[in-house]
Amino acid sequence: MKSLEELKAIRERTRGQMNLRKEDGPDNTRIVVGMATCGIAAGAKPVLSAAVDQVGRRKLDHVVVTQTGCIGMCMYEPIVEIYVPGQEKVTYVKMTPERMEKIVAEHIVNGQIVGEYTIGANE
Amino acid sequence: MEFVRSHILVCAGTGCSAAKSMEIIERFEEHLSRHALEKEAKVIRTGCFGLCELGPIVVVYPEGSFYSRVTPDDVKRIVEEHILKGRIVKDLLYHETVEEDVVSSINETGFYKKQLRIALRNCGIIDPENIDEYIAFDGYSALARALTEQTGDEIVDIITKSGLRGRGGAGFPTGRKWMFAKAAAGDEKYVACNADEGDPGAFMDRSILEGDPHSVIEAMIIAGYAVGAKNGIIYIRAEYPIAVARLEVAIGQAREYGFLGKNIFGTDFEFDLEIRLGAGAFVCGEETALIASVEGLRGEPRPRPPFPAVKGIFGKPTLLNNVETYANIPWILQNGWEAMAEIGTETSKGTKVFALGGKITNTGLVEIAMGTTLREIVEEIGGGCPGGKKFKAAQTGGPSGGCIPASHLDTPIDYESLSAIGSMMGSGGLIVMDEDNCMVDIAKYFLDFTVEESCGKCVPCRIGTRRMYQMLERITEGKATMEELDSLKELCEHIKANSLCALGGSAPNPVLSTITHFREEYEAHVRDRRCPAGVCKKLLTYKILDNCRGCTACARVCPVGAISGKVKELHVIDQDKCIKCDACFEKCKFGSIIKE
Ligand SMILES: Cc1cc2nc3c(=O)[nH]c(=O)nc-3n(C[C@H](O)[C@H](O)[C@H](O)COP(=O)(O)O)c2cc1C
Ligand code: SF4
Repeated sequence: MKSLEELKAIRERTRGQMNLRKEDGPDNTRIVVGMATCGIAAGAKPVLSAAVDQVGRRKLDHVVVTQTGCIGMCMYEPIVEIYVPGQEKVTYVKMTPERMEKIVAEHIVNGQIVGEYTIGANE
Repeated sequence: MEFVRSHILVCAGTGCSAAKSMEIIERFEEHLSRHALEKEAKVIRTGCFGLCELGPIVVVYPEGSFYSRVTPDDVKRIVEEHILKGRIVKDLLYHETVEEDVVSSINETGFYKKQLRIALRNCGIIDPENIDEYIAFDGYSALARALTEQTGDEIVDIITKSGLRGRGGAGFPTGRKWMFAKAAAGDEKYVACNADEGDPGAFMDRSILEGDPHSVIEAMIIAGYAVGAKNGIIYIRAEYPIAVARLEVAIGQAREYGFLGKNIFGTDFEFDLEIRLGAGAFVCGEETALIASVEGLRGEPRPRPPFPAVKGIFGKPTLLNNVETYANIPWILQNGWEAMAEIGTETSKGTKVFALGGKITNTGLVEIAMGTTLREIVEEIGGGCPGGKKFKAAQTGGPSGGCIPASHLDTPIDYESLSAIGSMMGSGGLIVMDEDNCMVDIAKYFLDFTVEESCGKCVPCRIGTRRMYQMLERITEGKATMEELDSLKELCEHIKANSLCALGGSAPNPVLSTITHFREEYEAHVRDRRCPAGVCKKLLTYKILDNCRGCTACARVCPVGAISGKVKELHVIDQDKCIKCDACFEKCKFGSIIKE
């Protein structure tokens, strides 16, 4: 350890991960994947993995990926909900890993909701 | 670092490890890989969460779900329900976090709400064997600043102003001690850490070393820089294998990162640390005995002065602090002395960690702000005495401390208030007693410990404590007279005044405090030959009440045939034959047998 910068670099590298262990970081964006039996049967697991993979690749420290149970709209599974602080929740339906990738890129990174995958567009 | 969506924190402290947390960790790894989740969820071994009563404890983030009393068989459900499907397994959660099906944060529960974690700030949150996690929580930033921006005098000044006092027992102002060590002449000095923790029932220091070893290492390096020492020694109990192993890993990592060694942070400051295993005696925790033990001599105290800060290890100036004292240092330097000076009472600043044990619902490790009352600790954090029993006394300071009765429960915890009521802060053992505890018996228990641990170097302690023990024994056997009670007090005062070290000097405290606060109980033993709590066997009489149904169960279980009586008729106990073994009392289904 030769310098403060070096220490800071380690801190920054690890801190994003540690945010997970802070109680409900208010600034965290949450990606919530429906992982009930219906969701898993419809292919939610690869969607969840894609979300984790994308968040990791893009080093999105402020994003948390969690799952939830059945929300009662099984025909739309796999369902993913995105909670951005200070904004309305957005629900995406009939998800695939490819769609997930696009949503991370456009919605979470660029702040553009992907209208065609939302529940509103699919009802 | 790879992104992981879930962290599964498993307590790997000594308590939870004894309760199979290692097997739990293995099961997690097995079930995670079975569901191909091993890349998404990471299992992390942490130090103690504090709520040992409910161990093994598993916390799953980001939800912060607090699972208690987890068994290896529960792991499958947690993985398949929670980690895979996101459904928290409510029936395995700590019951206080679930109310009418709503899950609340662990920080809202009685046990944690009143706590303030400074020394334990990282325990149960980080992986103690991963230096990066410590760094992510601002670890080693105080060291970085100290070495690059502050002088030794500035650091000593900050510690002094913070009001920090030694957490190892005596409560000596830490800043002053650092100042003495800094001022001591000599270019070879030592920084030592007392991790001998010999109080029966205490495990504060063990938990810090197991849960956050880097906080102590960082503090010792800072201390080395501040007082001008380049050698550090951690004297730790050999009976703490997990803590020793974690320390070894942590020291290795600190060396690898260059926090230990030469040219730390590019400066010309160098420092290194070594571990010394304790010799297994309580007295080795006393600072001069500890120094002798490090030097390879018999662990016996010597008179002070000279104090260690002037003449310590191998005759060199030595700064010796307790584990918990050190754990506070990086926090103070990060947050400023004002942050600590703000917490606590006039004379005692910051927090204190206590190991809560005895007749209390939530046994475990708690850290509270100074000035918190005993009542808050016992009733709110500890959840009171189990089984609806009545609180009788709290014992602080272990074999050197005293018993505090219910009438003093509202005493705010600080060094001075506890001494004023005949106890002491001590290192942090806090044992709760209820109506079933006999105070004479408790005093005898602690004395037994001191007699065993007296090093024998000086007469008042070696012979005096043994005499004290014998007198207590006579009291519990109903053989003592009222005059003896007075001579016991006199002997106490004599031992206090004349012992060489604080082991003997404080040994009478458990006796004196119980005589002061529970005199009527001593008198009952002496004058009425009666033990009100029904503990002292020799003073008990077993009797059968009139509501005896004559079931004959007691007569059959009595090993000496002391009980006679016909079927369906009142039975009687022959007092001459009775050996007070309690077998009949436990056997009787009708509550017809009493002991008094
Ligand atoms: C019999 C006896 C046992 C002691 N055991 C310990 C111990 O286990 N740990 C400890 O830190 N201090 C113990 N002390 C207190 C030490 O002598 C010393 O005061 C302390 O380590 C100084 O550190 P501090 O100023 O940070 O509290 C003991 C003292 C006596 C008299
Ligand atoms: S007081 Fe007891 S422990 Fe201390 S030096 Fe004397 S005999 Fe040894």
